[in-house]
Amino acid sequence: MTGGARLRVDFIACDGRGLCAAALPELITLDDWGFPIVSGPAVPPRLLADARATVRLCPMLALRFDTGR
Amino acid sequence: MSALLGGSQALWFVSRASGLALLVAFSAAAVLGVVARLGPRLAVGELHRALALFSVAFLMLHVATAILDPYVTIGWAATLLPLASPYRTLAIGLGALAVDLGGAVLITSLIRRRLGYRAWRAVHWLAYLSWPAAFAHAVTAGSDLRIWWAALVLWGCAAAVATAVIARLLSWLRGPDRVPLGALR
Amino acid sequence: MTVGLLLAGTLPRLLPPEPPGPVGLAGHTARYGPPPAVPGRRQRDALIAEMARAGLTGRGGAGFPTARKLAAVAAGHAPVVVANGTEGEPASVKDRVLMACSPHLVLDGAVHAAEITGAAKAVMVVHRDVREIIDEAVAERARARLDRVRLEVRTAAEGFVAGQASAVVQWVQRGVPAPTATPPRLAQRGLRGAPTLVQNVETLAHLALIARYGASWFRSAGTPAEPGSMLVTVLGTVREPGVREVAIGTPVGQVLDLAGGASAPLRALLIGGYFGAWVDATEVLARPFSAAGLAHLGAGPGAGLIMALPVGACGLSETARVMRYLASESAGQCGPCVFGLPAIAGLLERLAEGRGANLGLLSRWLGQVDGRGGCAHPDGAVRLVHSALRTFGAAR
Repeated sequence: MTGGARLRVDFIACDGRGLCAAALPELITLDDWGFPIVSGPAVPPRLLADARATVRLCPMLALRFDTGR
Repeated sequence: MSALLGGSQALWFVSRASGLALLVAFSAAAVLGVVARLGPRLAVGELHRALALFSVAFLMLHVATAILDPYVTIGWAATLLPLASPYRTLAIGLGALAVDLGGAVLITSLIRRRLGYRAWRAVHWLAYLSWPAAFAHAVTAGSDLRIWWAALVLWGCAAAVATAVIARLLSWLRGPDRVPLGALR
Repeated sequence: MTVGLLLAGTLPRLLPPEPPGPVGLAGHTARYGPPPAVPGRRQRDALIAEMARAGLTGRGGAGFPTARKLAAVAAGHAPVVVANGTEGEPASVKDRVLMACSPHLVLDGAVHAAEITGAAKAVMVVHRDVREIIDEAVAERARARLDRVRLEVRTAAEGFVAGQASAVVQWVQRGVPAPTATPPRLAQRGLRGAPTLVQNVETLAHLALIARYGASWFRSAGTPAEPGSMLVTVLGTVREPGVREVAIGTPVGQVLDLAGGASAPLRALLIGGYFGAWVDATEVLARPFSAAGLAHLGAGPGAGLIMALPVGACGLSETARVMRYLASESAGQCGPCVFGLPAIAGLLERLAEGRGANLGLLSRWLGQVDGRGGCAHPDGAVRLVHSALRTFGAAR
């Protein structure tokens, strides 16, 4: 399975609350206005569980998990 | 006979204790939910969920012991139907109302991803009705208000929730600290 | 025998030889011939294959292969066609001119796209300037009992992002002209949950002609890789600004000549639209007006627009002005766009006024805004700014 799993932000739903960056600083940082930048491309296997937990954390349901195609 | 009474006393005791614990957990969850915007988001969010789930556990204990207690007849239906209890109908009814509303919040939160944000949020507002119903139930059905520290806990919870709601209202009146996002603001 | 068949390779195809004035149904049929027969289920696949052979791509700016969209929507159940005549780009008028002069060609295309995909209805979302003309054309067709497909006309919303495909769908469905999140793709779930084909009105006009005359005829103009013709709005420092139809691949200088040529020495051209790119005038005049011809200059035909900037005008000022406009036209849904575009506009204004700006910060913000929105609005703005810095010499 090439490509692997990716975290994707739905910017229409995102409100810049910042829980994702606080929960997964290894992969998510905030831009100058408080919105998440996901460092890509794929989520390393050791962080997969944390990434899934972070997806559940988002209060706006703006973080998605795309399994590799 | 005394064994039966002893068992009934134990159930009654656990019901009251779990009810008080439930009120504390529910109130703490409510406070965190109301002031979520004003604190460290991640910690507040996670704690809010954890307390809500604790509340569910206390609720199940509270309801089960109250109904299994042979001393009074309440009946399982009274858990959910506000007018079903022959014993102290209004007081128990308020509790059932709190369960109904809180139950809707719980269920929608569990299926949040499938429901979508907008529908989930609309139902979540019911929490603002569920807590007062739970509190009114505690005041009318609770039998421990004569105990000074139990009353302290009760009114402490009320004060905490009231403070949180006022803080949120003031924050809302002050206006958003940045441009709100939304289609074609 | 009708004189309907247009000679291969000749132009114009979409516009009547003598505009203005809308061509009525009789004139339309006299020029183009009778409409093609309604395809049965088996013939639909063959027609989609014909569109693929023709190599028709979207004329709304994205240039997506039309046949692929048709196939995706045709595979769904109870699809619907939405004709996009919004033309939110303020400098572009080609869609309005097309709808005003050849409404029946556009309607033919919408009806035919519906027949190919199995849709029972086509919704025409048209700029308010041409609403009456389209209404009249639809009424004319109804009186002639021309179409089995049901035609519905709606006035488009105003605003730059209102022309984005999902914004058009949300406008029709909920009255909110803002882009929606994909997935799901419109071809899978669009208008009221149905598979939806959203197509620019010019694309539909080409489709209507391919249905009549075939893929080979369509390919007789343009380049092998980018066949066909396209409508271009030419404006700015030219003698006769307006809409012209050109074969793709025509040298840019020749396109300007069709508009009377430059009325003063030119510094630069804005190509594609407000989300397009600036190019140095001397570098581009000999280049073909096509994606392949302009790619190495960082530009593309886009929504078919060429704006000429004269020597002596300040390109950075123009860009700052456009950028401020783009920032104000954000749908307001996504943080990086809502906050980033005005911030970038501010820096450009400082640059244009000669007050000096932090180019490192500009570069940082351009990077933080690019690709981080619910639609391509911020991406287009970033492309415009990069091209301005490159063309007007402020790039590092």
